[in-house]
Amino acid sequence: MSGSAVSDLLLSVDGVTIDYSGFKALDNFSMTLNRGETRVVIGPNGAGKSTLCDTIIGRVRPSQGRVLFKGEEIQRLPEQQIVARGICRKFQAPGVLPTLSVRDNLGLAARKDRRWWKSFGAGIPADEKRAVEEALESVGLTHRAGVEAGTLAHGEKQWLEIAMVMATGAELLLLDEPTAGMGPAETSRTAQLILGLGDSRTVLVIDHDMSFVEQLAAPVTVMHQGKFLKQGSIAEVRADAEVAAVYLGHTA
Amino acid sequence: MPDLSRLDPLKPVLPWLLLALGLVAPFALSAYDLNLLARFMAMGILALGLVLIWGHGGILSLGQGVFFGLGGYAIALHMKLADLPSGEIPDFMVWSGRDSLPFWWIPFSSPAFTIAAILIVPTLVGALFSWAVFHRRVGGTYFALITQALALAFSTLIISRQDVTGGFNGLTDFYSVFGFGLSSPGTGSGLYWVTLVVLCIAFVALRWLLASRFGILLRAARDGENRVRFLGYSPTPFKVVAFAIAAMLAGIGGALFTLHAGVVSPALIGVVPSIEMVVWVAIGGRYSLAGAIVGALLVNLARDAVSSAFPELWLYLMGVLFIFVVTLLPRGLAGLVQGKAA
Repeated sequence: MSGSAVSDLLLSVDGVTIDYSGFKALDNFSMTLNRGETRVVIGPNGAGKSTLCDTIIGRVRPSQGRVLFKGEEIQRLPEQQIVARGICRKFQAPGVLPTLSVRDNLGLAARKDRRWWKSFGAGIPADEKRAVEEALESVGLTHRAGVEAGTLAHGEKQWLEIAMVMATGAELLLLDEPTAGMGPAETSRTAQLILGLGDSRTVLVIDHDMSFVEQLAAPVTVMHQGKFLKQGSIAEVRADAEVAAVYLGHTA
Repeated sequence: MPDLSRLDPLKPVLPWLLLALGLVAPFALSAYDLNLLARFMAMGILALGLVLIWGHGGILSLGQGVFFGLGGYAIALHMKLADLPSGEIPDFMVWSGRDSLPFWWIPFSSPAFTIAAILIVPTLVGALFSWAVFHRRVGGTYFALITQALALAFSTLIISRQDVTGGFNGLTDFYSVFGFGLSSPGTGSGLYWVTLVVLCIAFVALRWLLASRFGILLRAARDGENRVRFLGYSPTPFKVVAFAIAAMLAGIGGALFTLHAGVVSPALIGVVPSIEMVVWVAIGGRYSLAGAIVGALLVNLARDAVSSAFPELWLYLMGVLFIFVVTLLPRGLAGLVQGKAA
């Protein structure tokens, strides 16, 4: 976080407190993300990881502090306006739209003009069509494009939702437990998918699975009881006595 | 459930089959039966709107009778005025002690205003009402209860203002519409054709709408309103527009029904009739436009047959039918024909 990288700063969570009538899910929490960075947030259950995503995407409103995206405050904006500015989130439980085809799910995500009066028609612009086909290919669902999303296997649903989040063209992707319920092979593939995004997107990943976090080889932010605890590489965080005490559950 | 996939070929044929029956009916039915069929078809127009909002939008309305009534009363006001010698006011107003028309009756003497009112008033009321509820993110069962309250309030209002609405008896004794005598057989079959054409237009328009991106988004918001919101869409306007369209169809259906039935009254538009409207669509199939038309026709045919023989039995029978369909045929009769929701 060098001072010279101000122009690279994409997201800044600045002293945010989320107060659920006395229980502080986030307690004066701050972090920043630079353009193109991939960051993993870990922490024990109840550390406030999902609440952090909720705050950035506008699902909960901070009682104190600010969320700055590209230098502008977004913590009071309606959800769809936050999304319109270039943030999209994958939820913990797969949030695909079950009765729509896989392709229609992605088509909704890839759509640029989301105003209702522009929805009376069936034609899809060529660039959106291309984005949908690319998204299908990236998660290996091309052969499943026509089936109802509700009939996909659990892992496929997770991938579809990741692909939807990617297809929105958002600059900042929030991936809340993208590997939940996946086996080791699927987890590896998900890591490859995220790594494949390269520098074009900024990604905030929340996950418990340490092998997945290792494969991402990204800087790690550790949260504990709604507060910032540590930040560093996975090796540094593993070696940290304080982190071990609260999270890894064994003595360093 | 037995394998019914072999019936799938029926799916694209069903609307054409219905159209064929509709075209033949005027030559095969007596004037009385044709009038009955036309009434049921007017109800079918309302039922199409329920497929849009309930089947595809997940919005259960127990208050469609309100919009049906707005359309029905609009045409009724016009016919009451059209039949009056100039300077006089409708007889029920005289009996209630009024000596002049209420100001809001006056513009209904114009046919153009009346047609505009039939199209616009239910649509506008539906849009404003649903926006007020949906933008507060109230939905599901709460919305259904609010619509039921709306139906109760509307019918109560009409009953309580007998001097200007005709009260519990409603408005009846119409003699002509837009210069055509209602007692002449030509007017009866003419109105039948008008109803058939409107039903077809509504069917084709909704079919197009449901296949468009609007329809896709409506189903998306039904299945995961939050997911849609977090993809950057505001679901509220989509739901409001769908509800307004359904209200418009209900209003058109109500106006046509009033022309065929020769009466509009609170008993036709209150809480119980509003629930019956939902039952037609549940039985016919709430995901299917053709299914909803079939539901409206069959249930009303059965109602007509049963209630003329055993008046008390009908409500029980409808209740049993409803429970049967909801538990065993969630897609209604259309589910027997169709493999998938469309």
